[in-house]
Amino acid sequence: MPWFRRSKENITSEGPKKDIPDGQWTKCDGCGEMVHKKQLEQNFFTCQKCGYHFRIGSKEYFEILLDEKTFKEIDTKIRSIDPLTFVDTKKYSDRLKESMRKSGLNEAVRTGTAKINGMPIVIACMDFSFIGGSMGSVVGEKIARAIDLALKKKDPLIIISSSGGARMMEAAYSLMQLAKTSAKLAQLSDAGIPYISVMTDPTTGGVTASYAMLGDVHIAEQGALIGFAGPRVIKQTIGRDLPKGFQRAEFLQEKGFVDVVLHRKELKETISKILKLLHD
Amino acid sequence: MAKMVLEFEKPILELEQKIEEMRKYADNLDIADEISTLEKKVDQLRESIFSNLTRWQRVQLARHPDRPYTLDYIRLMTEDFVELHGDRLFADDRAIVAGFARLGDQTVLIMGQQKGRDTKSNVYRNFGMMNPEGYRKALRLMKMAVKFKRPIITLLDTPGAYPGIGAEERGQAEAIARNLFEMSHLPVPIVVVIIGEGASGGALGIGVGDRVLMFENAWYSVIAPESCSSILWRSWDYKEQAAEALKLTAADLLEQGIIDRIVPEPRGGAHRNHEMSASTLKKILLEELKALAKMKPDKLVEKRVEKFSKMGAWKE
Ligand SMILES: [Zn+2]
Repeated sequence: MPWFRRSKENITSEGPKKDIPDGQWTKCDGCGEMVHKKQLEQNFFTCQKCGYHFRIGSKEYFEILLDEKTFKEIDTKIRSIDPLTFVDTKKYSDRLKESMRKSGLNEAVRTGTAKINGMPIVIACMDFSFIGGSMGSVVGEKIARAIDLALKKKDPLIIISSSGGARMMEAAYSLMQLAKTSAKLAQLSDAGIPYISVMTDPTTGGVTASYAMLGDVHIAEQGALIGFAGPRVIKQTIGRDLPKGFQRAEFLQEKGFVDVVLHRKELKETISKILKLLHD
Repeated sequence: MAKMVLEFEKPILELEQKIEEMRKYADNLDIADEISTLEKKVDQLRESIFSNLTRWQRVQLARHPDRPYTLDYIRLMTEDFVELHGDRLFADDRAIVAGFARLGDQTVLIMGQQKGRDTKSNVYRNFGMMNPEGYRKALRLMKMAVKFKRPIITLLDTPGAYPGIGAEERGQAEAIARNLFEMSHLPVPIVVVIIGEGASGGALGIGVGDRVLMFENAWYSVIAPESCSSILWRSWDYKEQAAEALKLTAADLLEQGIIDRIVPEPRGGAHRNHEMSASTLKKILLEELKALAKMKPDKLVEKRVEKFSKMGAWKE
């Protein structure tokens, strides 16, 4: 049984307990309260007190969203190379190795087929823990292939974004992934296959300026930072503080760029409902 | 014409000035031989400097304030240009100029980011940094080009999309994404030319086409070298290294398979001779358009998607 369906009785939720070892408690960035990891897991990695959404990766999203044991990962062998032998303060090739080791992932996106409440889908989910969820050639190619697969199978596509933008270390190659993924989505759209874009914290830069903003339906997790330019750059450019709530999911909905802002616990049912309405 | 001189241009310009002065006295003095020697010398000097430009030096050339801009190319290459304004939704973005014109014997939609040459005109043009309404104006006119079956020419020259509050409120990311999506399947020929700076999504937002050309001293990348320096080196001081690392010149991009063709610049760079830059580009554009005109719209779109689908480098 996946961790998030564990029965409530197993979990102690009344304040910090002395007998719980260190590392089981984590501080909520939203309200500053200490939250127990088990409680966090049970609550979809959100704070029960303030609703703050902790950042999670593809593993957690697949467990939250997909019917048990239906996920079949594709394109697991594709790897980034260092086509420009890019060096800043570190070699890009070392950065890649280090990121793989630390995150246990091969790249900043995982793709595959699965079912949501019985409906077959194609899904891609980004991992911010891999070089800031940045999009280089491999991310672009895996997204493009996932779109191709959705086209071939005529199954809906879901992309869960979490990214700081295009990957600088692949320079123009990274930039072209914006065009590549957008062109593929145009083909999917022309074929009448639904695409739901899920934006999580943060979704910025080149990912927002391509597939994240090209969904038939845009879903954003509450409080997620979503934008083109990062807040720091904007602040620097205009030389003053940014308004409260600027570039947050709720702000984007108010401005007309997001359809649904929701709590993570509603994600699966919301997606399922939309897909049933749009696709048979 | 040159108002600003880059450090590495100085020895060339000094020598040229000297030749110019000597010419004034050439009628009275017998210094023809001396002049021709100096002329050879300046050619050699220019050759040696320009064949060894660093990537950062090319970035500087791409940003040269005397470099021809979109409106210069439109004026020098086309006739009967009618500028069209506004996205019909919010505003007119003056950072992008767009309209229909005659190029040779055909009507084209031509557009591009426009910089200013002084503070006042730069403020007016927002330094060539577009807002969402600019991308939407571009798309509105591209759809008009489809309606009237006219090819599209886009000229890229921007330090990036504008990072402002209003730009975010009005969906900068959505506007760029929408253009990438739509441009990928517009059933008319699209020729893209990077004429100066091609910075990131702000440039690419009007940069999806069947053929992508790039001036010899233009640059095109995911980020400007200074911003790259500030993020990866956490300092603004590594712009030269960042420019090298990004491999952002026309020659680099041709090798990476991201552009199709390099547009040669006059000796000393495009800013030294606007007319020649424009006539070279015009000739190449006519060639490219002629070849694209032979393709059926379906095939054109298929090839365009295929072209961008191939871009990238990975192993498996
Ligand atoms: Zn909290």
